[in-house]
Amino acid sequence: MFKRILIANRGEIAVRVIRACREMGVESVAVYSDVDRRALHVRKADFCEYLGPAQASESYLNISKILEAARRSGAEAIHPGYGFLSENAKFARACREAGIVFIGPSPESMEMMGSKTKARQNMKKAGVPFVPGTESGLKSVDEALAVAESIGYPVMLKAAAGGGGKGMRLVATPKELAGAFEAAKSEAQRSFGDSEVYLEKFIENPRHVEMQIFGDTHGNVIYLAERECSVQRRHQKVLEEAPCSFVDAEMRRRMGEVAVKVGKAANYFNAGTVEFLVDAQNTFYFLEMNTRLQVEHPVTEMVTGIDLVQLQIRVAAGEPLPYRQEEIILRGHAIELRVYAEDPDNNFFPSPGRITRLISPSGPGIRRDSGMYEGWVVPLDYDPLLAKLIGYGENRTQVINRLRRALVEYFIGGIKTNISLFRRILLHPDFQAGRIDTGFLDRLLTEKPVGDERTARRVPIVALAAAIFAQQPAPGAQPARNQDGLHEATPRTPAAQQSSTRSGWKSAARIEGMGR
Amino acid sequence: MKYEVLVEGHLHHVELERAEQGYECHVDGEHYPLNVVMTARDVLSIIHDGRQYEAKREYSLLGETHIIIGSERFAVEVRDPRSLRSRRAAAAHEAGPARILAPMPGKVVRILAAEGDEVEAGQGVVVVEAMKMQNEIRTAKKGKVVKIAVKEASAVNAGDLLAIVE
Repeated sequence: MFKRILIANRGEIAVRVIRACREMGVESVAVYSDVDRRALHVRKADFCEYLGPAQASESYLNISKILEAARRSGAEAIHPGYGFLSENAKFARACREAGIVFIGPSPESMEMMGSKTKARQNMKKAGVPFVPGTESGLKSVDEALAVAESIGYPVMLKAAAGGGGKGMRLVATPKELAGAFEAAKSEAQRSFGDSEVYLEKFIENPRHVEMQIFGDTHGNVIYLAERECSVQRRHQKVLEEAPCSFVDAEMRRRMGEVAVKVGKAANYFNAGTVEFLVDAQNTFYFLEMNTRLQVEHPVTEMVTGIDLVQLQIRVAAGEPLPYRQEEIILRGHAIELRVYAEDPDNNFFPSPGRITRLISPSGPGIRRDSGMYEGWVVPLDYDPLLAKLIGYGENRTQVINRLRRALVEYFIGGIKTNISLFRRILLHPDFQAGRIDTGFLDRLLTEKPVGDERTARRVPIVALAAAIFAQQPAPGAQPARNQDGLHEATPRTPAAQQSSTRSGWKSAARIEGMGR
Repeated sequence: MKYEVLVEGHLHHVELERAEQGYECHVDGEHYPLNVVMTARDVLSIIHDGRQYEAKREYSLLGETHIIIGSERFAVEVRDPRSLRSRRAAAAHEAGPARILAPMPGKVVRILAAEGDEVEAGQGVVVVEAMKMQNEIRTAKKGKVVKIAVKEASAVNAGDLLAIVE
């Protein structure tokens, strides 16, 4: 086993990996940029290495700086987390050349799966089912028109190097194709430095279901459980669950076997995810493979009882998988909510800033994987994912109720988060019935939020609370004490009114006179 | 003590009177005996008629005050009739030039309207990038852009003036 591991990431996933390290008796090395000195992952780690400026290309995406940090700290292995360098074959190869173990698949497997068109060609050979479309990049608009004609509209243009919805265009008629082709190409070039785009038949409102696989360096590959990831906004996942409510044991076995076939065709080892689109008839098609740990891995951990991060580290150290396929047994149900620093009432604007108050839920069946703490300032330089709230229970209904209860307890003050959105999702009759597809969230967002009968009762209490608070000094009146014990600049707050003194008039005037 | 409290834009007259177990209160003339304790900074536990409410206070980036009860959020504004500032703030709500403020810190990536342009309510004026997302900041008021207060590529803080529409 490794003595020391460097985590080339930040936020909740870095904290997650550091926790696994500590549980295994492995020392952890955190890395940080200028704006992350106070970040939670730095506070949790045994060792820390400074990378550089906030800009990711100067810090978390900078291969030479990260390898240098690994050398300086004496780390024997690097866990890349997700995002940043996690699916960068060049980085995996640079680690290998530097004699440092990359905790993930080989650069060769990553390259095979990294390009969606290359993955298609290889998987086709292995007999994996696909959505009809092109196997290689489109050379011209004419070629795109011919292919679209043969498979039938609507079609989807996609960036070969893509992900996260970038470089994707839906085309409903031939006359839209030329413009969309150019737009997708230029967006792909800007986002990924590669303008190759391909075309697929568009499946209306499919479900997005993915299968977790795991391989070791001895040639074993198993599948763990599927995850339902259909609740998305702008192709970004918002909520995930395991297992998927409409997948039965037989379908799970068939999907799992296809996923293992994909993994074996890529000589895959470590954690990987095979994504499928599922149509209304429950036919599934291979979409792509993610060659890393997924954000949503906790739901699989809950229903299988397996710690995926620890397993990643063991497999990277050369250990064989400790489970055979038939030993993987699913139990219960889990749902993950991705808590983002964004405002659902205001067009999902990002909302960085200081977390002035943090009240976290706990109790039965609740797990929090978080990268924040009270007093921390959410930087505006990175992804807005703050934390993941994971609910576990005997069955789906119990999990929904547990998460609804936990959301009432959860309070993040000072910044806006999407917590209120989850309340709407969990209460929605379609969600509760499992009638979800990738169009579900967009449909929900066009509906008017249902009024709550408790609202009217609460209004006078709100008015009273506001007045009582107004009698207390505002939080800015006292210097905020940060968790590291250092005094921070006082946050800007509106005027405070104090009235416990005899003359309210005088007191109000005095506070305003102080220039607050 | 008397307050005027706006809850989601609706005016309520609140009277607070200290009592042994909290407050004797009136909201719009109706009697509300309350048992109140502050359990943490910005967190009140209120018992009224046997029912418990946990009320939390927070300030939005633009300086609005919000009260959260259970899972509901209410924008509030307290006017202490003795406070000069609240009297001024109340006056500021009337018609006049509308200031468009940055809702979050970030970088101005594009200016969509020039000074002198006529804009419709809901039209984008400035694009601010934060957390890898570009966000169009729109005007709530229809009128003429009389000032653009930022330049492309300039950094802004939450609450900074972006533009004025008259």
